[in-house]
Amino acid sequence: MVKTYNRIERIKGSIAQVQAEGVKLGELAQIKTKDGRVTLAEVISFDHNRVNLQVYSGTKGVSTGDQIRFLARPMRVPFGNSLLGRVFSGSGSPIDNGPEVLEEPIDIGGPSFNPSRRIIPRKMVKTNIPMIDMFNTLVISQKIPIFSIPGEPYNELLARIASQTDADIIVLGGMGLKFDDYQYFKNYFSKSGAIDKTTMFIHLASDPVVECILVPDLALAVAEQFAIQNKNVLCLLTDMTAFSDALKEIAISMERVPSNRGYPGSLYSDLAARYEKAVDIEGSGSITVITVTTMPGNDVTHPVPDNTGYITEGQFYLHGGKIDPFGSLSRLKQQVMGKVTRKDHSDLANAMIRLYADAKKARDRESMGFRLSAWDKKLLKYSYEFESNMMDLAVNLDIDEQLELGWSILAKCFDRNETGLKAEWLDKYGKWDK
Amino acid sequence: MDKEFAKGRIVAAQGNLMTVEFEGIIRQNEVVYVQTGSEKLKGEVIEINGNEAKVQVFELTNGIKLNDEVSFTGDLLFVELGPGLLKNVYDGLQNPLEEVAQAKGYFLPRGVYLNALPRGVKWEFTPIAKKGDTVEKGDFLGSVPEGVISHKIMVPFQFQGKGTIIEVKKKGSYTVEEEIAKIKDEEGKIHSVNMIQKWPAKFPLRLGERVLPTEKLSTACRIIDGPFPVAKGGTFCTPGPFGAGKTVLQHQISKYAEIEVVVVVACGERAGEVVELLREFPHLDDPKTGKKLMDRTCIICNTSSMPVAARESSVYVGVTIAEYYRQMGVDTLLLADSTSRWAQALREMSGRLEEIPGEEAFPAYLASRISEFYERAGVIRFKNGDTASLTIGGSVSPAGGNFEEPVTQATLAVVGCFLGLSRSRSDARRFPAIDPLISWSKYLDRFAEYGKVDNSAIIKKAQEFIHEGNEIGKKMSVVGEEGIQIDDIVLYLKGEFYDSVFLQQNAFDKVDTATDEKRQKEQLSIIKIVLDRDFVFEERDEARSFFLNLTDKVIQWNYTPMDNKSYGEKKMEIIRMIEG
Repeated sequence: MVKTYNRIERIKGSIAQVQAEGVKLGELAQIKTKDGRVTLAEVISFDHNRVNLQVYSGTKGVSTGDQIRFLARPMRVPFGNSLLGRVFSGSGSPIDNGPEVLEEPIDIGGPSFNPSRRIIPRKMVKTNIPMIDMFNTLVISQKIPIFSIPGEPYNELLARIASQTDADIIVLGGMGLKFDDYQYFKNYFSKSGAIDKTTMFIHLASDPVVECILVPDLALAVAEQFAIQNKNVLCLLTDMTAFSDALKEIAISMERVPSNRGYPGSLYSDLAARYEKAVDIEGSGSITVITVTTMPGNDVTHPVPDNTGYITEGQFYLHGGKIDPFGSLSRLKQQVMGKVTRKDHSDLANAMIRLYADAKKARDRESMGFRLSAWDKKLLKYSYEFESNMMDLAVNLDIDEQLELGWSILAKCFDRNETGLKAEWLDKYGKWDK
Repeated sequence: MDKEFAKGRIVAAQGNLMTVEFEGIIRQNEVVYVQTGSEKLKGEVIEINGNEAKVQVFELTNGIKLNDEVSFTGDLLFVELGPGLLKNVYDGLQNPLEEVAQAKGYFLPRGVYLNALPRGVKWEFTPIAKKGDTVEKGDFLGSVPEGVISHKIMVPFQFQGKGTIIEVKKKGSYTVEEEIAKIKDEEGKIHSVNMIQKWPAKFPLRLGERVLPTEKLSTACRIIDGPFPVAKGGTFCTPGPFGAGKTVLQHQISKYAEIEVVVVVACGERAGEVVELLREFPHLDDPKTGKKLMDRTCIICNTSSMPVAARESSVYVGVTIAEYYRQMGVDTLLLADSTSRWAQALREMSGRLEEIPGEEAFPAYLASRISEFYERAGVIRFKNGDTASLTIGGSVSPAGGNFEEPVTQATLAVVGCFLGLSRSRSDARRFPAIDPLISWSKYLDRFAEYGKVDNSAIIKKAQEFIHEGNEIGKKMSVVGEEGIQIDDIVLYLKGEFYDSVFLQQNAFDKVDTATDEKRQKEQLSIIKIVLDRDFVFEERDEARSFFLNLTDKVIQWNYTPMDNKSYGEKKMEIIRMIEG
């Protein structure tokens, strides 16, 4: 039963209040404005017959006499294979000039996965980026953010991961994206061919703030459906700080008591509810989540990165255009390193990082003008080789090729007995002349 | 006797907070069901004003509308107690997750409430009480074997006054719902008793006299058992920033603590961490009983994406189950990870109720709730003189890793032992990352006073080395090694030695991961020799390389099983090395 009302009693922030009968929490309404625009709104609370609607496109220009139709259903998103290659807004409508999607709609923000049905993840997600695959291996069902600051090429990194990964489906959720970044993603995916397995939900920085908080739910609901259909899905969300700021903006306009730097007390739960959608379904597909979290002022104790760190399974730090090998950590990497990948993987990666840490100290000594020993000079050479061949984000190699490259770099810079690696690996994989 | 319970209807809703207009008599914290469409959603009364009550619903509230029916149950939120709790995995409302999965598949639909205890299982009952005995609440009627323990079936905790046993069933197998005894109360009324008990989660379950905890709880973690021990029946907390290893530490304790029953509450944390317990514990052996670790464990799991309101109840469900086992004379350990998420759940609800916020928007009653929770730990003495304990350990996740925040501070005020994890220790790969400079335990002196631990002298001495060594280390980083006297360098190295071979422990080594009391004693005897000895070194480098070698030798010895024949040899070699 569709009910129509013609009187808005109160407008504040993104909230409009109407007198209505029998509406449900979470129900969707359509507001038709005088100038013919149609926008969606959601019931967020009611008190007797006074119903509060959160207007997705904001209340700018909404008149007290606008027509409101309650649709007797919650927010949904159409789902099907025809979503691939398409781009949608935060309210779920196409923004790529393509046709409406005529697929069966699914609910968003569905129930949580039963923990007793979860399994210990043991499969790798390939990205062909050495600083991830080799040193902080990504595992199916992992949730991991890229901690970065504005100005770093985090979106370029996401685009690269999406184009190089062996995942079956990519779902990209963009929150507060600059138009340029959106175009960059689109062009990059078209060029790399990844567009055919990609669905995008994009909220641009200029779009209404309510749509921003819908993006992760839309993206993850779609990802979840693909996962149930036996697909390995990689869900990329950028930028979660913009999402959190949207939560903050709405919470404050609704006069909620802020907890920390203006963010609502529910920030942890709000973030966790999205990140915890990452799952490996036994006998079926999976969702792996990589997000971008920009750290205001490069401060990791800021509420957004801080709460994120408690939720996710490690983090990648992006500094100076490179993934920092020291702060970055994949908490699940030991599930696959040397088990799914080649046996020498773990030891080789540890040895290379240890040597790079030593090399950093040698670089310090060099810059302070100390006299360098022969060992220091070897380390210096190694550090340059490592940075240009391993740390450069443009490197695109399969994990086995990465391991081979690692051994080549070691052989080029050090003697066989200087690496501290096991004789077994040296004999089998070492690239020194016998 | 059918009582009429109140009825009501929804008049306002926001998030999971409902305003209900009701008729009849209701109680604060009474459980209600909201009927929405075909689903019944559980909730709890949290505020009453005239004929309106505020109700927090434990589930997603989408679809609730004006005038939806609300039925009151007359009951507070209770925990179902009886045989079958161990090995089980529950959510924050005590729904058995495995059964939910069997009934409903991968996801957790709302409005599904299953029996916590399996109804079909038959338990081997052996009577303890006999006809004609005079009993009161909590007295043993009989027992059934459950995993590794003898699970006592008790006179209902709500039973008033003295009663006379009319009948106890003979030895045999019964389900939890079958009658196993009849008891006549003082007024002559006859009560039928089965194996199921119900207890309101938010009230402490404690029948008996509270006594001071003086017994040590062995955790097999050296930095705890040594300088910062925990008492059986005591409380401890483990605050730390993310990535410092709180959860790994809790898992270690749940595996190796010398205790009969462990209740793990995974409260608002990652589901992935619980999965490790769920998938590993059924396969890991409990070295003392030969059974599997899961046989002594009950897991309450309300992970971060599960409804927030049920997160609040999860710690109460957990602690009530733990108290129930204590009541049958079993030493029990409750581990809650993390109490900060629980406090956040309180904060979210308080915000919706528009209460005046305290610090960082936490409600003003935060501290009293935290102390009520930890005070449910303790040792009780029963009528027959036996004692049993409940130990509570909570992890805390302070925002930004800053211990000044309200949850950490309120916790520190009530616990007996503070195991502070620090970022600097975890960055330096010194695990477990419990910082010996900030942690403390009130139990160390108490054990000494009651003659329970005889190593407090050496432990205290070693701690002095850690503190003085740290001062010297700081100086060294300013003036360089050259500016430090060689005696001070030796003192510093002794502190580092103690840190490396005793306080740090390698969780990835099969042997080193758990060290029992006997072995800790041997290790401390070696440390005592090193700390007491006046070493004479000519050069700083000589001192440094001596301690480096010694540390390496002792670590290798730590990795050697005690029953290995090289164990004794390695020990002798170390002593020879120390004595030059």
